[in-house]
Amino acid sequence: MNSSNKHTIKRRSFLKKSILSGGGLILGFNFYNCEADVEIAKKAIPSLEIPEKWNELNAFLKIGNNGVVTIMSPNPEIGQNIKTSMPMIVAEELEVDWKNVLVEQASLNTDWYKRQVAGGSQSIRQGWESLRKVGATAKQMLVQTAANRWSLSLNECKAQNGIVSNIMNEETLTYAELAEEASKLEAPKEVKLKDPADFKIIGQAKKNVDIEPLLSGKPLFGIDTKKEGMVYAVISRPPGFGMKLSSLDDSEAKKVNGVIDIFKFEDSQSDLRGIMNEKVAVIANSTWSAMKARKALKLSWVKSDAVENTSDHDAGLNKLLQERQKEPRRNDGDIDKAFAEADIVLEKIYEAPFLPHNCLEPMNFYADITGDKAEVLGPVQTPQWARIRLAKLLDRPETDITVGMTRMGGGFGRRLFGDFVIEAAQLSQKVNKPVQLIFSREDDMVSGTYRPASKYRIKAGVKNGEVTAYHLTEACVNGNMYDNITNFFPAGAIPNMRIDTNSLESNISTGAWRAPYTNFLAFAEQSFFDELAKEMGKDEIDLRLELFEKAKSNADAGYEYDPEKSIAVTKLALEKAKWGKARAGISQGFCMYYSHNTHVAEIADVAIEDGQAVVKKITCAIHCGIVVNPLGAINQVEGGIIDGIGHAMYGDLSFEDGKPSANNFHQYRLIRMGEQPEIEVHFVPSKEDPTGLGEPSLPPAGGAIANAIFKATGKRLYKQPFVKEDALLG
Amino acid sequence: MATYNIKVNGKMHKVEADADTPILWVLRDHLNLVGTKYGCGIAQCGACTIHVNGDAARSCSIPISSIAEKEITTIEGLSDIVRHPIQDAWREHDVPQCGYCQAGQMMSASSLIKQHPNPTDDQIDTAMRGNICRCATYKRIKSAIKTATK
Repeated sequence: MNSSNKHTIKRRSFLKKSILSGGGLILGFNFYNCEADVEIAKKAIPSLEIPEKWNELNAFLKIGNNGVVTIMSPNPEIGQNIKTSMPMIVAEELEVDWKNVLVEQASLNTDWYKRQVAGGSQSIRQGWESLRKVGATAKQMLVQTAANRWSLSLNECKAQNGIVSNIMNEETLTYAELAEEASKLEAPKEVKLKDPADFKIIGQAKKNVDIEPLLSGKPLFGIDTKKEGMVYAVISRPPGFGMKLSSLDDSEAKKVNGVIDIFKFEDSQSDLRGIMNEKVAVIANSTWSAMKARKALKLSWVKSDAVENTSDHDAGLNKLLQERQKEPRRNDGDIDKAFAEADIVLEKIYEAPFLPHNCLEPMNFYADITGDKAEVLGPVQTPQWARIRLAKLLDRPETDITVGMTRMGGGFGRRLFGDFVIEAAQLSQKVNKPVQLIFSREDDMVSGTYRPASKYRIKAGVKNGEVTAYHLTEACVNGNMYDNITNFFPAGAIPNMRIDTNSLESNISTGAWRAPYTNFLAFAEQSFFDELAKEMGKDEIDLRLELFEKAKSNADAGYEYDPEKSIAVTKLALEKAKWGKARAGISQGFCMYYSHNTHVAEIADVAIEDGQAVVKKITCAIHCGIVVNPLGAINQVEGGIIDGIGHAMYGDLSFEDGKPSANNFHQYRLIRMGEQPEIEVHFVPSKEDPTGLGEPSLPPAGGAIANAIFKATGKRLYKQPFVKEDALLG
Repeated sequence: MATYNIKVNGKMHKVEADADTPILWVLRDHLNLVGTKYGCGIAQCGACTIHVNGDAARSCSIPISSIAEKEITTIEGLSDIVRHPIQDAWREHDVPQCGYCQAGQMMSASSLIKQHPNPTDDQIDTAMRGNICRCATYKRIKSAIKTATK
């Protein structure tokens, strides 16, 4: 939090400039974004006037002399709705009417804000306490100012709806009247936070703060950036992994109207996407000219390294599935002894392909690296990472570099990698002009950081009707599951448990994809438990409930999930889905999964219609602590479920000679309108601090539908995408 | 390069462009109307949907040379006061997540309800299948279309 004079002065002059200069990059951005924001506020408060004077209480908020409050949203917005929900948390503790709040997107500022990252479903969970303190601190400064004027103690004053009242009499002072004086106070070291029972904004349905500019098509996204003197760039990258440029003929391309420059350049930082490549940049005065000239380039590419095939990955992963690590990731008890003594042993293998992220807004970024300027602006989930890389590229201190954030047309993990930020900066530096770099859809799908292909071998042993052994072996391209996943279910519930993970090294760039690892592991594990229950002659729900009870009685076993919450979401889902009360033609499948600190149970209703298995409904029960904004939260959960179904059913990318099998949506199937089921979302009521929400509803979807499809068709699914496994799903 | 006079959102614009320039890029780069989005460039995702003479069309695949006298409407021109019934319904349902596809979704939906004032589920699915929402807000999109036609 900022309370020092130095920052205050810097910040004030910053704001002043931002009003005055429309042209500068970051300042211009804030100003322009502000215009859109003001428009929103005007809808909400028709009488809203932009204050003549803002008083800044800390880095997160300023109060106008007319009572309008601006709250900064510190983190990148990728569609997870934190631009609405993070400021709601500040506003709650500040005690202002949400109708009087304007929200502004912050730029990267590591002095003022912590963890400006969109990833891991952690923005709300990790920001919760500090955002509350930000609001509470400012409130206390306002109340203190009133108390000073009335010569009262803090306890004798009360703040509500932007007004401080003297509880001894009827006197009141508005925040607008207090803000200037309050802004000069030292920030209190300790503040009292509200009792969640008194929340008035948190827990209420609040609309997306960007709804008006989204409805009217106002510029909000990185790709919408337009700046004085800006040129457009596209880049030809190798068409496959393990390939390099062998010749370039740009004679035809140079004839295209609007072309400014065509040149070769290299990755400056070889570890960016795990590959070092020579690329060809086309700079032009419009996007179309750049794209058209790029098509007119005559390029040939040759092998420079291994060019890989999906069949090679398959063989490599199959081999790794049978290998044990010297040091397993988890090793409870003695699985070998338990398997030797088991009455039943079940072993199954589950397989998943690579997946591209396919953010609908393709990768793009704006960079102005001219003269003394080092300014970049655009959609990136990790602005700080980008700045560290830029500092290295430009050999300048990070403090020289400005990173602005725009709303993002999706992230899904692709924008955790700022390769495009570095490319944009390289190009701007080379042509000495501000550059807007844009990936075509083909560039975006072919130059990915894909969800790696992976396989799981799961083996369980049963003795006297109890699951006594569990062995999970992961084989995955370029790396293995995060450490905390080894502490997920069924850890603690089965006495002998081992996890081995083996990585198949590849030159294909891979990375996090919404709910990394668990996006597929949940299906594998949870359909395995259904199959295991059947082998044991047990009800699949009873088996899980018994295992949760075992984990409860084994609290020291080293696991991360909460068995009580697992039971709570399971029971709520069963009740809401009317589990076991069969309706004609409907088969139900269950899946419960914990990830990103959140417990989720989903039940799929599947019917056979015209010879096809159709997912009719998903009933979801979720425990994510306090729900900050139910309107946004339900949207996240529904979207995660449909995304989970879509990718389990259709998501597929393979490689041949290093080249991806799809480069645009005519070759890559995403779930579309009409393929989504009915969805019901039920939150377990809670007063606990909020946990993740952007990802956790996705992993269980694949497992729930696979288990329901088995009930409907008698066929077990082991391989994604399901659509390739069964004509019934085609 | 040639000079074209095109009518966008009721206003005439003079544009210097190559004949093959897609309307999408004319709107975005020449006219600064960036509400119409680029998603795939091959009419497979619907992010660039506009109205041509009132009907939904994919602007990424329409060259400027084929527009002639036809009237173009973009999201910016759907309603001067952002109160088209589709926009009202989108607002009511708080449809967007990332929001990138939503201009295209609203342009397709507004064309649909003009043709079918009371669309069936099948008509909605058919009309909207060309518009990908990567965040998968399909449920709210469908609810909003129904609200708009109540």
